[in-house]
Amino acid sequence: MSAVIIELKNVYKSFGSQTVLNGVSLTIESGKTTVIAGPSGQGKSVTLKLILGLLKPDSGQIFVAGEDISRMRAKNLNRVRTRFGVLFQGGALLDSLTVFDNVALPLEERTSMRWSEVQERVLTTLEQLGLKGHEEKYPAQLSGGMRKRVGLARALMLQPEIMLFDEPTTGLDPEKSLEIYKLFMDTQERFGYTSLIVSHDIPKIFNLADQVIIVNKGQFNTFASPEELHQSEIPEIQAFVDSTMGNVYLSREME
Amino acid sequence: MIRYIEKIGDNALYTLQDLGRMGIFLAMSIAGVFKRPFRFGAMIRQVRLIGANSFWVIFFTAGFTGMVLGLQGYYTLRKFGSEGALGSAVALSLLRELGPVLTALMVTGRAGSAMCAEIGIMRNSEQIDALECMAIDPFRYLITPKFLATLISIPLLTLIFNVVGIFGGYLAGCELLGVNPGAYFAGMEQSVINKDINMGIVKSFVFALLVVWICTGRGYFVHGIRGAGFGAEGVSRVTTQAVVLSSIAILIWDYLITAIML
Repeated sequence: MSAVIIELKNVYKSFGSQTVLNGVSLTIESGKTTVIAGPSGQGKSVTLKLILGLLKPDSGQIFVAGEDISRMRAKNLNRVRTRFGVLFQGGALLDSLTVFDNVALPLEERTSMRWSEVQERVLTTLEQLGLKGHEEKYPAQLSGGMRKRVGLARALMLQPEIMLFDEPTTGLDPEKSLEIYKLFMDTQERFGYTSLIVSHDIPKIFNLADQVIIVNKGQFNTFASPEELHQSEIPEIQAFVDSTMGNVYLSREME
Repeated sequence: MIRYIEKIGDNALYTLQDLGRMGIFLAMSIAGVFKRPFRFGAMIRQVRLIGANSFWVIFFTAGFTGMVLGLQGYYTLRKFGSEGALGSAVALSLLRELGPVLTALMVTGRAGSAMCAEIGIMRNSEQIDALECMAIDPFRYLITPKFLATLISIPLLTLIFNVVGIFGGYLAGCELLGVNPGAYFAGMEQSVINKDINMGIVKSFVFALLVVWICTGRGYFVHGIRGAGFGAEGVSRVTTQAVVLSSIAILIWDYLITAIML
């Protein structure tokens, strides 16, 4: 069993009178792929924001690589955040910067790398992700799939240990979704990061996940394998699986 | 009745929370000045957007304000046979009051609204979250350059406003109505003292801080503002609110500073 890199212990979070997370505990192992799935509005994105320290839990603890971030000060939090790469739902690219500047941003701001090195790294990564020739475009001039790839390139720049994907295929057609997932597998192989995927429907790479967490009424149910999920006897989960699984991306051979 | 009291309490708590949050926002923005790397280039770009691009707006506002002052002043002063005091009347009203106030109001309308909308949209589309996730301090990266640029631009624009306004008064009073130009400028030299100029400068700095603080702060907290809503509508409401709040704050502080310094 590999080391635990993220751990939530009995986390509660509510907004006003609405309780979103009701005593959630979960563990994510290093180097593995974890999928958190469930209907919208059940606290998946909140969980992601808690792990990143963008929100603070009402009670409970959140450990990242053994450090409790739930009561951490901003300075230390920034240090912990350098472990993460995040791909936001819409890419969250800075829309006043070009593709090149967006991808170069983490290197410029977080490292003391020379400009020629920055340029080389950015151009190589953009080429690897099939974005060659689009360096000077602005995010508004790109398609949804391309924006996600630029977001992925930016997230990978600092070679993160953990990649968080927030709804990576929302708004993409099935073909593009498959392409994005293939990109995940490729980059994960290359960079060896731990990945955490949050999705409102069960994503097509489901069978490649090492661990599956289904959110149901503020409770998180962990399944060690997709097979276990198929055999779940909780009616809500059964219904959710039936309604969303559909065409499952079993492996790379399927393409 | 109890519900009424509850509502007052609720609003008071919300206002307190909002003030606290805006206070922390101000402190973080100022702290951004001391964090490295300092974004000098971004600050210069903002000076262009906020300052240089406001030049013509300020130029025309100042020119016509000065001309109106010249006209009104002339007809009022003539009743007392003291047209010669026109220069000092125009200069004093501009330096102490109209220069700083009108400049700040014009910049609020032109650049303040733009800053608020820009930050609000960035918050909406998770761009600010993305910066935080990359461990880039959004204050140092985004807000501080705007703070410094506004603090540089508004006082300079105020000085330009004053000069153009005085010549506007000259144009209306001396060229059109025939006041002696020598008397116009000599009167100014005798009556304007350092204290008047200082008051105008202090005002312009305070107004600059108010404008940039309120406008960027409202945009930054677009999701936390009661009744603002989300999405594009949220940004538009918050922008309107920022402009209204800044304008009111400018006028309130104008009174306070005048009362203290006079």
